[in-house]
Amino acid sequence: MLYRETGQFKSSYTADQAIFPIAQDRWGLLATLAIAVFVVPLVIDDYLVNAVLLPFLIFSLAALGLNILTGYCGQLSLGTGAFMAVGAYATYKLVTAFPDLNLIIVVLLSGAVTAAVGVLFGLPSLRIKGFYLAVATLAAQFFLIWLFYKVPWFNNYNMTGQITMPTEYLFGIQVTGPGAAPTARYLFCLGIVVVFALVAKNIVRGRVGREWMAIRDMDIAAEIIGIKPLQAKLSAFAVSSFYVGMAGSLYFGVWLGAAEPGEAFGIDRSFLVLFMIIIGGLGSIVGNFFGAAFLILLPLLLKNLMVDGLAMEVVTAKHIEIVAMGTLIIFFLIVEPHGLARLWQITKEKLRLWPFPH
Amino acid sequence: MDLLFLTEVVLSGLMTGVMYSLVALGFVLIFKASGIFNFAQGVLALFAALALYDFLAPEGWFNQLFGFTLPVPLAIIATAGVMVVVAWLIERLVLRHLVNQEGIILFMATIGLAYVLEGTGDLLFGSDVKPLDIGLPRGASDQLLDQYGLYIEKLEIVAAVTAALLVTVLAIFFQKTRIGRALRAVADDHQAALSVGISLRTIWVIVWAVAGIVALVAGIMWGSKSGVQFSLSLIALKALPVLILGGFTSVPGAIVGGLIIGVGEKLAEIYIGPFVGGAIENWFAYMLALAFLLFRPQGLFGEKIIERV
Repeated sequence: MLYRETGQFKSSYTADQAIFPIAQDRWGLLATLAIAVFVVPLVIDDYLVNAVLLPFLIFSLAALGLNILTGYCGQLSLGTGAFMAVGAYATYKLVTAFPDLNLIIVVLLSGAVTAAVGVLFGLPSLRIKGFYLAVATLAAQFFLIWLFYKVPWFNNYNMTGQITMPTEYLFGIQVTGPGAAPTARYLFCLGIVVVFALVAKNIVRGRVGREWMAIRDMDIAAEIIGIKPLQAKLSAFAVSSFYVGMAGSLYFGVWLGAAEPGEAFGIDRSFLVLFMIIIGGLGSIVGNFFGAAFLILLPLLLKNLMVDGLAMEVVTAKHIEIVAMGTLIIFFLIVEPHGLARLWQITKEKLRLWPFPH
Repeated sequence: MDLLFLTEVVLSGLMTGVMYSLVALGFVLIFKASGIFNFAQGVLALFAALALYDFLAPEGWFNQLFGFTLPVPLAIIATAGVMVVVAWLIERLVLRHLVNQEGIILFMATIGLAYVLEGTGDLLFGSDVKPLDIGLPRGASDQLLDQYGLYIEKLEIVAAVTAALLVTVLAIFFQKTRIGRALRAVADDHQAALSVGISLRTIWVIVWAVAGIVALVAGIMWGSKSGVQFSLSLIALKALPVLILGGFTSVPGAIVGGLIIGVGEKLAEIYIGPFVGGAIENWFAYMLALAFLLFRPQGLFGEKIIERV
C-alpha cells in the first residue's frame, strides 16, 4: 500500500526518464541521505568511523568500480587490490609534491591516474576472455605491488617502504592525518561516494552503459550491431579503474593514513571486493552498498560475538570466522545467486501488494 | 656464461615446473569435467598434507583417539580416503545446489570452499609449520654431483618421476576405462551425457576425488620440500599461469606449461632479476603466460574457442 506507483502520472518525457521515476524511491533515498548527513554525525565516534563507516563507504566505492567492469561489461578482474594501490600511491605522490592542491582534486586526479593504468592492463581483454582474462589480471595485481615495493621513487625514498598521509585541509577543516575529526572524515568520504554513485547510476543507463551490457551479454552480437568492442571494453576498464582508484585514494588517505603495498593492497582485497559485488548483486548499483555492508559488518559481528560474547581465544575465533565466512558465501550463492540486490527487488514487488495480496 | 651452470638452472627449473604441474593437473581435471574453475585446489593440497601429517605424527588426533600411528603406506591410503569423503561432501553440500549456474558463481563458491577448508584445517590441526617426512630422499643427488658436477635435489627427481607416473595412470584411466569414457563424455557436453544415462553427480564426485588425490600427491611433494604450512595453499597462485599457458582443458598442457613456467622463471630470476631489483618470480610467470595468451588466447593446448552468435 505504501510502495505503489499507481496515480503517479508523468506529463513530460523528462519526468518519465527521471533517474528515480517512483516517488517513494525518491523520498526513500532522500531520507536515507538525510539520516546519513544529519543524524549519523550526532552519534559518531572514532570506533564507529574506523571500524564501520569508512570501510563501508570506501569498499562500496571500490565495489561500484568493479561492478561496472564485471557486472555491467562482463570482464572478470582480480586486480582490484593493485588498482587501489595505484590510487593510493598517486594520492601520496600528489599530496607530497603539491601540498596546496585541493583534496577533492587530489582524489579525482588519483582516479584519473588509475584509469590510465587500468586501460593499459585492460588491453589484453580485447583478445583474452573469461577466466583466461581473470588470471591475466592477476599479472597486474602481482606486478604493480612488486613495482611499489621495488621502486623507491613511489614512497619518496622512505627507508621503511611505508607511505604516510600528511595532514590535509579541505575548506579549512582537517580531513586527513592524525587528529582529524571523525565527522569530517566521514562526511568527506560520504560526499564523494554519493556523488559518484549517482554518476554511475546515470552512466549505466545511458548509451555507454548499454554498450557495456551488450558486450557482456554477447560480444560478437554486439560487434555486429555496430558497437566497437575496443571502445566499450576500454571505457569500462577506464571508468571502473577510476572508481577503484578513488576508493584506493580514500582508503589510504582518509581511512588508514599509512599503508604498505603487500599488506594493504594484497590479493585478499581483490577477492573481498569481488565477494562484495557477487553477494550484493552483479549488474546493480544499490547492490554494491548491500554487499559492502554485509562483508564489513559480518566479520565484525562474528568477532564481537565470539571474542567478547563467548570469551574465545582470538586465534580460534579468527579461524572460526574464516570458516563461517566461507560457509555463508557458499550459502548465499546457493540461495540467491543474483545477490542481495535481487532480494531487495523481490521485497519491493511484494511491497506493492502488501498488505492486500490477492 | 657457464654452460654447466645454465644446464643446472634449466634442469632445476624443469623440476620446479613439475611441482607446479602437479597442482595445475588437479585444476585441469575439474575444469574439464565440470567447467568449474576450482580455486580451492591449492587448499585441497594443504588439507591433504595436513591430514597425512595427522595420521603419521604422534601428537595427531589419530594417535590420541586410537593410541597408535599409521605406517606411511597405510597413512597415504587413509588420506586418500579422507579426500574421497571431502569430495563427496563438496558435491553433496555445494555443487549439487549450484548446477547450471554461471561460471563466475561456481568460481566464487570454490573460493568460499577454500576458506572453509583452510579454516577447518587450521582448527583441526593447528596452524604451525609441520615437517612432513615420509621417507622421500633428500639433499643433492650424489651421482649427478660427482659425475657431472650438477646440483639437483633428489626430491625433485622423485617428484618428476611421480608426476610422469601420475600422468600415465590418468591418461590410461581417461582413455581406457568405462568411468574415464563417461568423464570425457561429461566434459564434452553435460546434457548429452545426461541423456545417455551418465549420472552427473557420480561423475563429479569421482572427478573431485581424483583431483583430491592429485592434490594429495602435490601436498606430499611440497610438504616434504618446505614443510606443511599455510603458504602451501598459495601454490594455487603459482599454478594459475601454468594453467592459462597450457590451456584449461589439457592435461599435457598442464605439464608442458609447468615446465615452461619453471624454466622461464629460473632463467628470468638469474638473467633479468639483477637488473630490476630481484624478487620477480611473483609476477614473471604471469607476464610470460600473458605474452603467450596474446598469440594463442586459449593457451598452448586448450581447445579452440569457437564462438557463435
